[in-house]
Amino acid sequence: MEQAPPDLERQWQPATLEPLGHTDAGLQAAVGEEAEGSRDEVPGDGTEHALGLGVLMTENNFGLKKIEISVSEAEKRTGRNAMNMQETYTAYLIETRSVEHTDGQSVLTDSLWRRYSEFELLRNYLLVYYPHIVVPPLPEKRAEFVWHKLSADNMDPDFVERRRIGLENFLLRVASHPILCRDKIFYLFLTQEGNWKETVNETGFQLKADSRLKALNATFRVKNPDKRFTELKHYSDELQSVISHLLRVRARVADRLYGVYKVHGNYGRVFSEWSAIEKEMGDGLQSAGHHMDVYASSIDDILEDEEHYADQLKEYLFYAEALRAVCRKHELMQYDLEMAAQDLASKKQQCEELATGTVRTFSLKGMTTKLFGQETPEQREARIKVLEEQINEGEQQLKSKNLEGREFVKNAWADIERFKEQKNHDLKEALISYAVMQISMCKKGIQVWTNAKECFSKM
Amino acid sequence: MSGGPPKGLPSTGPHSLLDMPHPLAGSSSEEAVGGDSTPSPDLLMARSFGDKDLILPNGGTPAGTSSPASSSSLLNRLQLDDDIDGETRDLFVTVDDPKKHVCTMETYITYRITTKSTRVEFDLPEYSVRRRYQDFDWLRNKLEESQPTHLIPPLPEKFVVKGVVDRFSEEFVETRRKALDKFLKRITDHPVLSFNEHFNVFLTAKDLNAYKRQGMALLSRVGESVKHVTGGYKLRSRPLEFAAIGDYLDTFALKLGTIDRIAQRIIKEEIEYLVELREYGPVYSTWSALEGELAEPLEGVSACIGNCSTALEELTDDMTEDFLPVLREYILYSDSMKSVLKKRDQVQAEYEAKLEAVALRKEDRPKVPADVEKCQDRMECFNADLKADMERWQSNKRQDFRQLLMGMADRNIQYYEKCLMAWESIIPLLQEKPEANGSPLVFIPWWSL
Repeated sequence: MEQAPPDLERQWQPATLEPLGHTDAGLQAAVGEEAEGSRDEVPGDGTEHALGLGVLMTENNFGLKKIEISVSEAEKRTGRNAMNMQETYTAYLIETRSVEHTDGQSVLTDSLWRRYSEFELLRNYLLVYYPHIVVPPLPEKRAEFVWHKLSADNMDPDFVERRRIGLENFLLRVASHPILCRDKIFYLFLTQEGNWKETVNETGFQLKADSRLKALNATFRVKNPDKRFTELKHYSDELQSVISHLLRVRARVADRLYGVYKVHGNYGRVFSEWSAIEKEMGDGLQSAGHHMDVYASSIDDILEDEEHYADQLKEYLFYAEALRAVCRKHELMQYDLEMAAQDLASKKQQCEELATGTVRTFSLKGMTTKLFGQETPEQREARIKVLEEQINEGEQQLKSKNLEGREFVKNAWADIERFKEQKNHDLKEALISYAVMQISMCKKGIQVWTNAKECFSKM
Repeated sequence: MSGGPPKGLPSTGPHSLLDMPHPLAGSSSEEAVGGDSTPSPDLLMARSFGDKDLILPNGGTPAGTSSPASSSSLLNRLQLDDDIDGETRDLFVTVDDPKKHVCTMETYITYRITTKSTRVEFDLPEYSVRRRYQDFDWLRNKLEESQPTHLIPPLPEKFVVKGVVDRFSEEFVETRRKALDKFLKRITDHPVLSFNEHFNVFLTAKDLNAYKRQGMALLSRVGESVKHVTGGYKLRSRPLEFAAIGDYLDTFALKLGTIDRIAQRIIKEEIEYLVELREYGPVYSTWSALEGELAEPLEGVSACIGNCSTALEELTDDMTEDFLPVLREYILYSDSMKSVLKKRDQVQAEYEAKLEAVALRKEDRPKVPADVEKCQDRMECFNADLKADMERWQSNKRQDFRQLLMGMADRNIQYYEKCLMAWESIIPLLQEKPEANGSPLVFIPWWSL
């Protein structure tokens, strides 16, 4: 079902909830190519996500074709909402380019505007139709973990800018996922501006979504979930907790650091004033004061760069939730299976009791039989027949549920392994870039203070 | 008043009369000879005012004479000091080795004062005595009394303002020791103060208390007379240069106060930053415990942040111990200088009043009465001493602040260098590739009916 089809149309079949086939060679064609080739390709599911230039390779009759996706602009719009009230929102321009393999030129193939709620719709759809996939998260809806200088206002240009980058990142993640990239709704999201919402809703995915209550119930009652998923659930809980904590403290650290740098600016002013009453010391003081001003103003850029690091952490904070969703789905399926098995077992037992005439378990029928007299042999035969039919049906269902469950576990675990690799790689990169930022900050500090020291020496 | 440093003014001790220009000799004044020292008691009697020629108003520099202003030309000629090179010192004083003494009545700290000198005033070439803060305080008061025309360096604060500070903590004691050492060194460097008798006793006496009880045994006559200047005279016009000094000191003290507040604020912010860092680092450790491949990198980052925290703590400690006290000291210095300026004003006022009184008496005595003359002497003495001290102070101030601010820059550089090293050292750790383990994905059946 997932073989690389020759024409574009079929390629974009929406996946269904039926058991999925295993990843095969065809998918390799749809593997996202990394912009920085720092890792060897792992056959089958080695997707390396490259931020900044997500590339999708698709096979068609004309050879390999690359697609670039970018969220290039953000625009404030006003419109009327569902309740005919005026509202302000931000729209984002999504541009898709195809790159001819031969000459490397890129041609703009599609360009449309989407707002955040449409991204949410797309993601919710993907969550329902790909429950075994760790679906990439969206950037946060509202600004959280802000240090005081950052605005928590959704309309703030810095927030909008960071969100634009986050949305682009989301699209690139989806586009470079071996399975998600082939989804038709995703393709339409990039290409069909009007009517897309209706198309999504027509799939009826909201109806197919598992209710939260059902999922919660399953979590508590499931008896034999796969241990790996239980462990994974714990891991994702802990990960969420530790990254939240980290982001909170980091925001406080940023606040304090800001204070330290800015207070040094006061030296600039007072040195200048002091230099006015000094003869020989004046020049040295004055120029040192200038360096203090430079020092104080350098913190703004430093902390802006650090926000990028915070965003990278946030992505994995939200990824933890996606991990948990997969675990929940497993628990639900497992619980379903357990319930079906239980039901089957009880029916079999009922049948046996009817056939042999022994009542081993308490049943309402048994009770009424005792009270109101036994039924006729014909009645009993009829009931046995019904039960036998049900048992047959149940066995079939159980078989298919079992198969479904196994498939789910296999495919989910494959994606989880893929995700683990991606996570380790991305977070290492994030830590490296954080260290590089710190090194740059230290070097700047050394420079400024060395300059100031020289000015002081001339006093 | 920030003229250039007086030419050839030594950092310590008087020079031979013939070699040293008059301390009042600024960049534009004529050469004059004269040392700058307080006459020792027995030589005081020999001092005469007969050397002076012209009395020039208000701090003018008599050419080619030894003005009575701060010098005893007689004394200088009698000095056996033979320093020609202005850099040679003949008096070295150090404060070190603080020790705690516990008595029934009180607990206190003493410091060892080591003196090495070739001066005749010292019987032995070397002395070592122990003194406590009280003794320094006594010395300063004595110097103020006996040398009222000179600027006496400040002492570190007597009382600890913040009740939280531990008087016996290592940091506090060390900060105080440094300040006391500075105090004595400034006196040592002063050509007049370093010859003060009380200073000598302070450095040498086995039993200082006995000497203290003797009371003010010997006072300089100039000191005595200035001490008895009564207030209440209104100053006509402050000479420009002293007005300028006053204005300068006002602004200077203001700016220093501002710098002190800024420095304190910076330290406060840095400490708060440190508190957050100390929480931030360990979170990476917690995360590391959850991970497999990322465990080492995360642990590395945690350790790195820990190192930066330690470096920051060192920075704030240094600034608190070394930077702030010196600032405060200079604020105290300018305060005490202002009061000396006031005294000078008083002396001038008295002289002007007396002069006016004489003029009003309309006596046809052509000769100026002796007491008015004495007043004039006093005033000129004061003016000259003050001017000389101001110039010396300006020069020292420049050096001190250059050192202080360079020190501040240095400490910040060192802090950043420590952090830089920490972060650079974990880059290779972060970039390490995990060992390629060849274990394939194993599918374990999880259910079987």
